[in-house]
Formats: sequence, structure tokens, C-alpha cells
Amino acid sequence: MPLLSVENLRTYFYTDNGLARAVDGVSFEIGAGETVGLVGESGCGKSVTALSLLRLVRPPGRIEPGSRIVFDGADLTTLDEKSMRAIRGARISMVFQEPMTALNPVFTIGDQVAEVVRVHRAGSKREAWARAVEMLETVGIPSPAQRAHEYPHQLSGGMRQRVVIAMALIMSPALVIADEPTTALDVTIQAQILELLRELQQRLGTSILLITHDLGVVAEAVSRVIVMYGGEIVEEAPVRELFAQAHHPYTEGLLHAMPQVGQERERLATIPGTVPPPTAWPKGCRFHDRCPYAWERCATEHPPLYQIGAGHVSRCHLADEPDRRADKHEPLVVTETGERSASR
Amino acid sequence: MNNEPRTIPVLTQLARHRSARWGLGVIAVLVIAALVGPLLSSYGCVEQLDIVNLKNAPPSWSHPFGTDQYSRDVLTRVLCGARISLAVATLAVLLSTTLGTAYGLVAGYAGGNVDHTMMRILDGFLSIPRVLLLIAVLTLWHPVPLAGLIVLLGVTGWFNVSRLVRAETMSARKLEYVAAARALGATDGRILWRHLLPNVAGPVIVAATLAVGNVIALEAGLSYLGVGAPAPTASWGSIFFEGVEFFAGNWWVVLFPGIAIVATVLAFNVLGDALRDVLDPRQLHASVPLPERMTLEQPSA
Repeated sequence: MPLLSVENLRTYFYTDNGLARAVDGVSFEIGAGETVGLVGESGCGKSVTALSLLRLVRPPGRIEPGSRIVFDGADLTTLDEKSMRAIRGARISMVFQEPMTALNPVFTIGDQVAEVVRVHRAGSKREAWARAVEMLETVGIPSPAQRAHEYPHQLSGGMRQRVVIAMALIMSPALVIADEPTTALDVTIQAQILELLRELQQRLGTSILLITHDLGVVAEAVSRVIVMYGGEIVEEAPVRELFAQAHHPYTEGLLHAMPQVGQERERLATIPGTVPPPTAWPKGCRFHDRCPYAWERCATEHPPLYQIGAGHVSRCHLADEPDRRADKHEPLVVTETGERSASR
Repeated sequence: MNNEPRTIPVLTQLARHRSARWGLGVIAVLVIAALVGPLLSSYGCVEQLDIVNLKNAPPSWSHPFGTDQYSRDVLTRVLCGARISLAVATLAVLLSTTLGTAYGLVAGYAGGNVDHTMMRILDGFLSIPRVLLLIAVLTLWHPVPLAGLIVLLGVTGWFNVSRLVRAETMSARKLEYVAAARALGATDGRILWRHLLPNVAGPVIVAATLAVGNVIALEAGLSYLGVGAPAPTASWGSIFFEGVEFFAGNWWVVLFPGIAIVATVLAFNVLGDALRDVLDPRQLHASVPLPERMTLEQPSA
């Protein structure tokens, strides 16, 4: 049995501008000790998915009935708030994006790491503090006993992110959700933090859901990748297979948009257009108006997840009609002047 | 980054702030005078010395502020009044600030319909003129005990604080470390107490300091109207009120409590402004070097 099994997760926001279907029928599994990447552009629903797992979605957002989040045998969507709090931070925890703002400026870092222990476990302040210092050492903070007395502003960005990771891992959770943990950091620090996460994962046997828009990070850190677009999963594959033979045109576009060493092109390829607003997903395939292969069927028929290979699925009609891949054309995106830019 | 802590401690900054030193100095003198003054005086707060010979005596060596129509020593009365006026104002502001902060924190943190309802209720309270309400209640409840006066001043004074706190809470709620605390299993109470309250403390301290001055003036006004501190209790307002009848001849009975009121209110306002400079770095203030764009606007010769 997988550690986490998400079934038909739908998180809708009842906004003044209409119903925003931010996460719209997402299903996936994470095994014990596995690292899974969740990628997609801003606005594709990956962060809302993460918040939904911890039931941290605030009104006007809500997890729709019929969604199931089965963690360690229990359905989190039906738990009461108190049991849910006991899970947050202890069994499932979260590493946030901005190490600058994820720490409270008015408390020392030791205090903040120890707070997580005190929230979850009865015991003396001193024990919690000792545990915090130990954890700070584990995440590679030099002379942690002294450093624990420092305030966040006295630490560099990389060090702060290590503190945030210490807070997330101190209760040895079974699953860590890392929401863009390296986005705000320098590239060299990024590599260190990823290395740290990998090392801790191997040592503690924690599963990690790594949320990112950076496929470079994914390639380094995860074993399986889930690609989201328009509030749903569009492709899921083992990481090597995804890089070798991405099936979905959106994934293809993401891969082309990655800078590559030795590449002499002046400009990076981009995917034309932007993610549509979640209040108005396009009919049919949600990617069809940005897709270079789209044909009539794509505008009318919503594609299911087609099985491509072992552990590889793709939400694209190309699986049904692979010959269409030869018919590449300019996508149908609406240009700034409001005219359709090209025909097929 | 405006949510980074200032590296210089607030007290040090205050000590360097010129008008803060003035404000603090005046308040310190007043507090000391209120505490030890009546003990040093050889007269009692309500003691009538000699109703025949010492009635309405002008300032002299033995009575530096003169005496009033009941032959009471005005200096002693002003010192005793300092106790009452400062204590009433401080306690009332403590009460109103606590109420306002709690209300604002809950409304701002809860958000949604709870916030909406709480704010409409607050709008209702705000539509009642405070002074008129106080006069009405105090006229019916006469003579009011000091504790009653403090409670009344407190429960009618928290509306603006709670608006301020609510606004600050709403912006602090969006900070990532608040979300992080929730994600790590903290209860709402813990988040409010540990993560949101310290964030709103700065503006609240400023507002409370300004409110002390305000309430001293308000209490003086109410006593002047005869509905404040009960006679014969000496508060600055009641001394002033009793003296004003014979103002033409006995200027000293009015002048000295008047000076005390003005000096105190001024000192609290000055201190409040200084605290705002120190605690609220978003506001531009004079002790900060002018931003560069200002130097560009120098007139060309």
C-alpha cells in the first residue's frame, strides 16, 4: 500500500469572479521513501494541491466532497481538525519557498525549531531545545549550540533554508512536501540544499513531494515526475523516461524551455500564451489553444489519461492518433491584438 | 525588508530620540511627583486647613500654588490629582487596548463572515459619539466610583485600536511564517499569540501612548462638566472645575491644574510620535536622512 494515495482531488474556490477549479480531479500515489516531483507553470494548481494535502486551503476555497486523500490508511478529508493538527508537522510537513519570510523575525531559530517539538510532544522546554540543536546540526548548521540563539536576519539565505528544513524534519515525518524549496536561492546553494534533502531522505526514509517549476531540479532530485496543467495531471512518468521521451506537448514545451549546456540558440524557446484562469478552463483539452499539434478533436473532447508505457500516462489524444505528431503548426493562442495568430 | 528586526534596540533608539527624551522626562517627573509628592506634603489631599483665614489665599511660601475656596492647599491637590488622573488614564487605556487588540486579532485572523460581522458591529459602536455617551451614562450613574469611571473610559475607547489591529493582522496573516506555523501543526491560539501579536505590537504601543494623553484630557473634560471623578476626590479636571467659578479673582486654582493637564497631554503625544518613529519604520520621519530624490529637487542657480 502506498504511503499517500490521492484520489480525484478537487479543490474549488468560490470567488466573486466565479468558480475557480484550481485542482480538478487529481489522482496520484507516493510510496514510502519515494521522491516525486510535481511540476508545472504558476497557476497550474500545484501549490493548491500541496495545501490541500495538509487541509490548509482557506475559504473561499474548499476540498470538494468525493475527494480522497488516504495517508497511512486514513482518509485526511474526513479527519477532525484536532487530528489533522497532530498530523501537520509530525507526519506530513512542509518546506516553504521563501527562507526570508518563512521564519518569524522576532524569535531565535532554536526557539522556532523547538516550537515544533513543543507543539507535538509534551516535554520540557530544555528537551525541546536540545532536540532542536541536534536537528540544526543534522541539517549542517555549523556550531549549532551558539547559532540556535541567533535570529533569522543574522543568517544567510541558504542557512535559513536549512533552518526551515530542520523545522520540517524534526518530528521525522513520513512525508515532506517541499514547495519550491530552492527557488529563492543562488544556484550553488540550490545544489547544496537539494543534496541535503536527498541525504536526509536516505537517512530518515522520508518520502518527498517536490513541487517546482524547474525541470533541472527535478532531473537531479526525483525518481518520478507528475506534470500538472490547468488543475489536472497531464503527464506522469519515471524521470528518465520523461526526459528521454516526453509524450504530452506541454511537457515537450517545458523541456524545450530549459537552457542546455552547449546550446547556441540566442533565445530560449517558450510556450506561447499563458495558463488560462481557473475560472474558465478551455473546453476539450485544456492545453489545446497553446498546443502546436492541436486539431478539431482537441477543442471538443476532453482527453483521458492514456497509458503510454510502464508507469507512464499522458492526457493527450496523440496517444490515440500518433500520426498527428507529424502535423506541427503554430498554436491557436489569442495574440495581444485579439486575433488568432495562425491556422494549421 | 520591513519585517526584519531593527538591530538597534528600541530603548536605545528612544534614548537617542530628542523629543522622546523630552516626553519621557516630563512623564517621569509627573509619575514621581504623583507617587511621592502627596507623601512629602504636610497637608492632606482633602484637608480643609482654616476655612476662615486661609480661604482663597494667593500663592505664598507656605502655599506655593495658593489655596482654594475650601482652604485646601492647591499644590497638594494637584499632586494628588496627578495620582488620580494618571492612574485613571493608564488603567482605562490598558483596558481599552486589551479589548481592542483581542477583538482586532480575532476579526483579522478569522476573516470571512466572522470578520465582516465583527466589523459591522464595530461600525455601530463607532457611530455613537463617545463624549455624549459618557456624559449620559455618568449623569445617570452619579457619583461614579473611580473603578466605574475607569471601566467606562476603557470600554468606550477600544474601537479604533481594534480597527488598527485588524488591519495589521490581516497583512501579517499572509506572511509565510504564519502559514508555516499552521503547516507544522500549531493551533490558532498559538499562531495568534506567538506569531501575530508581536507583529501588531508596535502600532498598538504607539496608539496606546497617544490614547493616554487623550484620556487624560477626556477625563479632565468630564470632571470639568461635573460628571468625572467624584468630589472631593482631587483629579486635575475636578480641581479646575471647582476653581473656574471664582476664576476672576483666584487664577491660581485654575492655572496650576491647567498647566499639569497641558504638560501631560503634550508629553504623551510627543512620546507617542517618537515611538511611531522608532517602531514604525515605514513612516518617514525627520531623524532619517532625506531620500535621494529630495536632493535632486534643489533649485538650480
